[in-house]
Amino acid sequence: MSSLSRLHASVLVGGGSVLRSMFSTWYNTLITLVLLFLAYKAVPPLAGWLVFDAVWSSPSAQACRMAGGACWAFIREKVRFILFGFFPYAEQWRPFVAVLLLIGLVFVSANRRYWKPWLLGLWPLAIAAVLAVMGGGFAGMTSVPTAQWGGLPLTLLLAVVGSAFAFPLGTLLALGRTSDMPLIRSLCIGYIEFVRGVPLITVLFMASVMLPLFMPAGIEIDAVLRALVGMTLFVAAYFAEVIRGGLLAMPKGQFEAVHALGLGYWAGMRLVVLPQVLRISVPPLTNTLIGLIKDSSLVAIIGLVDLLGASKRSLSDPEWLGFYREAYVFVAFIYFVICFSVSRYSRSIEAQLSARQNH
Amino acid sequence: MRRWVFQLVVTVSFVSLLGLLGFIAAGNLARQGIATGYGFLFGEARFEISESIIAYSAANSYGRALVVGFLNTLKVSLLAIVLATFIGTAVGIARLSSNKLLAGVAGTYVEALRNIPLLLQLSFWYGLLTVTLPVPRAALNPVTGVFLSNRGVVLPMLEPHAAFGHAAIALVLGMAAVSLLNRFAKRRQEKTGRRPTIAPAVLLLLVGPALASWYFSGAPTALDMPRLQGFNFIGGMRLSPEFAALLFGLTAYSATFIAETVRGGILAVSKGQSEAGRSLGLRPGLIMRLIILPQALRMIIPPMTSQYLNMTKNSSLGVAIAYPDLVAIGNITMNQTGQAIEVVSIFMVVYLTISLAISGFMNWYNHRMALVTR
Repeated sequence: MSSLSRLHASVLVGGGSVLRSMFSTWYNTLITLVLLFLAYKAVPPLAGWLVFDAVWSSPSAQACRMAGGACWAFIREKVRFILFGFFPYAEQWRPFVAVLLLIGLVFVSANRRYWKPWLLGLWPLAIAAVLAVMGGGFAGMTSVPTAQWGGLPLTLLLAVVGSAFAFPLGTLLALGRTSDMPLIRSLCIGYIEFVRGVPLITVLFMASVMLPLFMPAGIEIDAVLRALVGMTLFVAAYFAEVIRGGLLAMPKGQFEAVHALGLGYWAGMRLVVLPQVLRISVPPLTNTLIGLIKDSSLVAIIGLVDLLGASKRSLSDPEWLGFYREAYVFVAFIYFVICFSVSRYSRSIEAQLSARQNH
Repeated sequence: MRRWVFQLVVTVSFVSLLGLLGFIAAGNLARQGIATGYGFLFGEARFEISESIIAYSAANSYGRALVVGFLNTLKVSLLAIVLATFIGTAVGIARLSSNKLLAGVAGTYVEALRNIPLLLQLSFWYGLLTVTLPVPRAALNPVTGVFLSNRGVVLPMLEPHAAFGHAAIALVLGMAAVSLLNRFAKRRQEKTGRRPTIAPAVLLLLVGPALASWYFSGAPTALDMPRLQGFNFIGGMRLSPEFAALLFGLTAYSATFIAETVRGGILAVSKGQSEAGRSLGLRPGLIMRLIILPQALRMIIPPMTSQYLNMTKNSSLGVAIAYPDLVAIGNITMNQTGQAIEVVSIFMVVYLTISLAISGFMNWYNHRMALVTR
């Protein structure tokens, strides 16, 4: 306990240089020695497997298996499949363009300078362009059914398009939950709490198994769309709670000002309240988005070939059996780069916003 | 008036949409020859379940199979919650350590694991346990009695003996006595301003009776050591690779979120609080226990509740590595009977009940910990 409180004090007061902090007291020295011993035990074999004993190129899987380290030749062999799934090999520049478009869209939207009304118009345009280039069927591009979409573009598509639909839905749900109309409020509360109470996988099962039951005979919804509907409905409830938090944080004066100006509910929300609410909700919304990116991997369970699903299927090539560690480490690295950069962005925007508030 | 019209219009259109969907679904189900209702729960399940707390065989009903899945969900969730709370708290405090090396290692762990999908981590651990580990004959044996093989993890277990039951009862009684002693110390402190030293007595009350009753009931120390027989191990406690991978993955992943919660809670207690404690002449241990932790706890409990809820929901990802939890068994039931709506409704009811139970408990605890303003 006493070491805890000293630790608490030292955090608040601020420590010295790294090296000095490692040996400042007898227990810090002890911790350092234990950590160094563990590093001595763990780092060399790990580095050996990852880099030094790894095989970077190999004509056959057999030679790769003989080596003591990772077989990165497997990734070289399978990288196109893991990234783009079953998309026709010759046409894979299209998912590549789709990925660039989606990343570009996210980059533009992340910049505070571009938080203007035209951004709302850019989203449907960009998403339509992505769907067009993936689906094809015009301008000499062969038509590719969604069943062949996969890999990284599918993962990004589910996350970006899912959040694009979930965002307005979540905003409406948040407005409904904070409104003073009892019927609307209870409908919204019911929906939000119901969805937040169950795991995503049950919502996805529901979308993939039950959605067809609810469609009139003869109407088929394809699997990607079903998963997208499920993810959208799921994330909307979480977005709603974030935006509700922002609405509750608004000073009462803002609502009174709307009233005093004689603005109606929708005009006041659109022009005065929501722009401010959404601005302060950006950091928690980005955190929800990270959750959505990670959760999109669950579509692999209902049979879609997203990034994780593609990496799993790459393991079933009889010639290259057993390289699951390489495949998973590679895919984990991609997920990590995406999620870590989004979380860094979330932190920087949080700092900018709080600096603005303190002016 | 206009507002009521608006509300009525929205509600009526919502209800009629549900009605329309129900009507279409009923038609579709009738065409596929699927009977609606929960009668299927009494039908014979005809599938085996690899692990179960209660007795189960393929001849049992779907209802019993779902109960087995529910218990498996509870088992892995509860264990993971307890483990992740300890690990997460330790890591959260380590991230605040004055030892920069320790803080850096803890930070790397948190950032690395929470930015990778849990499903991917589970697949990795499951692969490690089933593909890379050797067959039982050549099992890894890191510590005496512990065997790692592609059939799972086998640990030595104490052989059952009445003495352990006695010790458990004594431990509960000791805990009750500690709680009484704590109340006494608090009242004494409020009256005199001095807090009696109770730490040695607490230790004695917790350990003493349990140890004594174990000793006087025969002091059994016999271990049930696992040993190789034929192609697999017998004896000891066996964790299936599915369970071990799910428990390990879920714990390691969720501990990162708990660590962040704990770190945030401790940082949120202002430094004036510990300074005030010091100027009152409180000992450092008491500052932590009486001033910082209670305030940090109040900050930590609500986000911790949602972490526990997330863990329970995330345990459903076990379906991807064939852990027979509620969702996995419900999925088999759905495929065999076609009763999608009924099974999904069971999922919803069960998870909502678990959620309500956890948040009810945490709200009660939060209420107890809440600031009492006099």
